[in-house]
Amino acid sequence: MDQKTLEEKTIICRCSDVTLKEVRDLIREGYTEPDEIKRILRTGMGPCQGRTCGPLILREVAIMTGRTIDEIVPFTYRPPSKGIKMGAIAKGGELNDK
Amino acid sequence: MINKANVVIVGGGISGVSIAYNLAKKGMKDIVVIEKKYLASGATGRCGAGVRAQWGTEMNCRIAHESIKFYEKANENLNYERDIDFKQGGYLILATTKKEKEQFEKNLKLQNRLGIPSKMISSEEAKKIVPYLNTEDVVVATYCPIDGHINPFKATDAYALAAEKLGVKIYKYTEVLDIVIEDGEIKKVVTDKGDIETDIIVNAAGGYAKQIAEMVGVDLPVFSERHQILVTEPVEEMLGPMVMSFSKNLYCQQTPEGSFIMGRSGENEPTDMRITSSWDFLDKMAKTITHTLPPISELTVIRQWAGLYNITPDRQPIYGETKDVKGFFLAVGFSGRGFMVAPMTGLLIAEQIMGEENSIDISSLSLERFEKGELVFEPSVV
Ligand SMILES: Cc1cc2nc3c(=O)[nH]c(=O)nc-3n(C[C@H](O)[C@H](O)[C@H](O)COP(=O)(O)OP(=O)(O)OC[C@H]3O[C@@H](n4cnc5c(N)ncnc54)[C@H](O)[C@@H]3O)c2cc1C
Repeated sequence: MDQKTLEEKTIICRCSDVTLKEVRDLIREGYTEPDEIKRILRTGMGPCQGRTCGPLILREVAIMTGRTIDEIVPFTYRPPSKGIKMGAIAKGGELNDK
Repeated sequence: MINKANVVIVGGGISGVSIAYNLAKKGMKDIVVIEKKYLASGATGRCGAGVRAQWGTEMNCRIAHESIKFYEKANENLNYERDIDFKQGGYLILATTKKEKEQFEKNLKLQNRLGIPSKMISSEEAKKIVPYLNTEDVVVATYCPIDGHINPFKATDAYALAAEKLGVKIYKYTEVLDIVIEDGEIKKVVTDKGDIETDIIVNAAGGYAKQIAEMVGVDLPVFSERHQILVTEPVEEMLGPMVMSFSKNLYCQQTPEGSFIMGRSGENEPTDMRITSSWDFLDKMAKTITHTLPPISELTVIRQWAGLYNITPDRQPIYGETKDVKGFFLAVGFSGRGFMVAPMTGLLIAEQIMGEENSIDISSLSLERFEKGELVFEPSVV
C-alpha cells in the first residue's frame, strides 16, 4: 500500500469515522491543536470520548509540528467518566451496568 | 505579529469573527482579532447554538430574523467548503401556564407583523411534530419553522476563514494583557506576544468582557454565570425541532449527526468564572427531560460541560462605542443568546465603526442606558 492509500484507509477515530488523512490535512491547514481538530472532525466527541483517538492525534500533532507530546494540550476530560442512561440518572443515580 | 492596526478585536468567538468579517467586507484594512486560546474556545464553542426568531420586542425579532436569514445562506455567503450544519427544524416552545400563553399570543402578533412565520399550536398539533412529547402539563405551544440550530465551531470557522481571505489577521493563543489610553483615547493593545498600536478596539471577549473593559477604566454592569449542558451518544433521527420551554426550564435538540444536546439554567450557579460540571445539573436535567421527552430515558449521556453567560441587568446585549473612551466599542452581555444574533452583531458594529447609519436602530442598547435607568424589557428571555 502506498502512503496515500494508507492515510486514507487508516481510521483514527472509530466513533466519528475519521481517517488519518483527514487529520493530517487539517494539521497542514493550520489546525494544529487537538482541541481545534476535534471541533472540525468530531474526533473525541463520540461515545469513547477520545480514549482511542486522543493519544493518536497527540502523536500526529507532535510529529507534524515538531513539538514534544508534553508541549501539546490534550482533550479535556469531563464527566461522566462512563456513559450513563438518562433514565437511570433520573431515577436516582442507579448505574446501568447491570 | 504586526505592530500597528486600524481595528483590534479582542475575542475569537462568533461575535469577534463576525465583526472582523463584516468590517473587512466594508473595506476596512488592517484588522486584527486576538484570541487567547483557539477560536470558539469561549461560550461560542460551548453553546447550544440554537437560533430563533421568536422574540418579544420588535428590535430583537428583527435582529434575530435577519441573523437567521444570513445563517441560511452562510455556506454560500462565506464561501465555506465545509458545512455549518444549520438544521432548520424549527423551535417548538412549550407553554405550561395561562400567563405564558397570553404572553405568547402577544409575541406572535408582533412576530407575524414582522414577517416571522411563527404560529400557535395545540398540544395535539405539537404531538404531530414530536409524537412522543409528554403534553400532560402543556397548555399550548408555538412553532416557528425557520428557527433551528447550527454547529457553532463550524460557523466560527466559516467566518474566520472568510475574514482571513479578506486580509484579517487572527492571532490565536495570544492574550490581551492591557490597553494603553492617553487623554481618553486608545493608543495600543498589550499582548503576551507584543504590542499593537491602534485607535479602535472592539471588546468581544464574552465572559471576560468586564475584565477587558477594566483595562480602559470602563465599569460594565455585567457578570458571568456558569451554564451547563450535556450530550448523549448519537442515535437515529427522532427529533426535528429544538424543544424549549421557559417555564419548564429546558431546551433540547438532536444534532444532524444524531446526538441529543440539552441544557437548563441552574438555581445557584457560580459567577466566579468557573466552568466545571456538577452532578446537580445532570440529575435535574435528566429528571426534567425524561418527563417531557420520555424516550430520552434510554439514551446514554456521554459528556457534560459548561460555559459562561455574560449577563446584563436587563439581559439585553450592550452594543456600541463608550462615551468615556473614544474608539472603545462593546459587543458584550449577550445573556445567553450571542450566537443567534452574531451575524447582525457583526454587521451593526461594523456599521458603527465605519460611521454608517445602523440598519436596525440599536441606540437603546448602549452602555449609557444603565446610567439613565432606561432598561430594555424583553419578555422572551430564558
Ligand atoms: C451552555 C450554553 C448554552 C448556550 N446556548 C445558546 C443558544 O442556544 N443560542 C445562542 O444564541 N446563544 C447561546 N449561548 C450563548 C452564546 O454561547 C454566547 O452568547 C456567544 O457564544 C457569545 O459569543 P462571543 O463571541 O461574544 O463570546 P465568546 O464565545 O465567549 O468569545 C470570547 C472570546 O474572547 C476570548 N478572550 C477573553 N479574554 C481574552 C483576552 N484577555 N485576550 C484574548 N482573548 C480573550 C475568549 O477566550 C473567548 O474565546 C449559550 C451559552 C452557554 C454557555
